[in-house]
Amino acid sequence: MLIITCPWCGARPETEFRYGGEAHIARPADPSALTDQEWADFLYNRTNPKGLHAERWRHIHGCGRYFNALRDTVSDFLVTTYKAGEPRPENSRPDVEGSGR
Amino acid sequence: MVESPSVITPLAAANPLTALAAVSRDIAAARLAALGDAARLAFRGREAAIGPAGEAFGVALPREACRFNAANGRFAFWLGPDEWLLLVPDAEPAPLFAAIEAATSGLPHSLVDVSARSVGIEVAGEKAAFVLNQGNPLDLSLGAFPVGMCTRTLFHKAEIVLVRHAPDVFHLDVWRSFAPYVWELLEDARRELA
Ligand SMILES: [Zn+2]
Repeated sequence: MLIITCPWCGARPETEFRYGGEAHIARPADPSALTDQEWADFLYNRTNPKGLHAERWRHIHGCGRYFNALRDTVSDFLVTTYKAGEPRPENSRPDVEGSGR
Repeated sequence: MVESPSVITPLAAANPLTALAAVSRDIAAARLAALGDAARLAFRGREAAIGPAGEAFGVALPREACRFNAANGRFAFWLGPDEWLLLVPDAEPAPLFAAIEAATSGLPHSLVDVSARSVGIEVAGEKAAFVLNQGNPLDLSLGAFPVGMCTRTLFHKAEIVLVRHAPDVFHLDVWRSFAPYVWELLEDARRELA
């Protein structure tokens, strides 16, 4: 089981959370001005990186808050979490071995 | 045609744990008790409404995550940064509701009477934390989960609000239709302690 650190509640078991997809995707301010391709990009196309991924999680069986996490998609290691609205952290990228966990 | 029963039982009057509690064994290391009725209010609000709501309730709403405040038999449990459960055992919700509504009138907030939504269970005894850990992976040592802490979490597959009132005394608030599920799994977890 993953241990995920909610920015409000601290370290909690994975079962208290729901995944919320890629983070930092802003809804276009004026959707009607977009081409179909641009709208499809907003709706469906994601970066799907091999490595660090900024993504939303919700502490649904805890404080109920959405927050963001940086997760390594290769190791499934959650590098850090931060509150919604905060910028993606500049990251020195600790790995599983260096984390002490 | 199937005739529907004509007897309507008021929800609040029927505790779903009455029958289970009546046949429950007394195990001193982890006693189980179905708690009585309580007034429960779900309060959500932004900064301006938080102070007045606490003043009207008589207990300041805690701003520290996962903590509760208590005074004169009233409890304010932090559930989220803008969400609290206000609980008063053995009380009518209506006067509390009216007082908080009056104090927060005109301020953006939400106040809902959820008194009949859930029921309370007490788990008490030196093995209380051990029993809870059969269905919940939180670290319940006193350092990690001190007296005065509360949180929404899971017991097996049911969402609960878990509260530590004393080193060996925990309260669970569980939605009423999940209550027998939680109760019987607690019974299962403490069976070996008899
Ligand atoms: Zn949380």
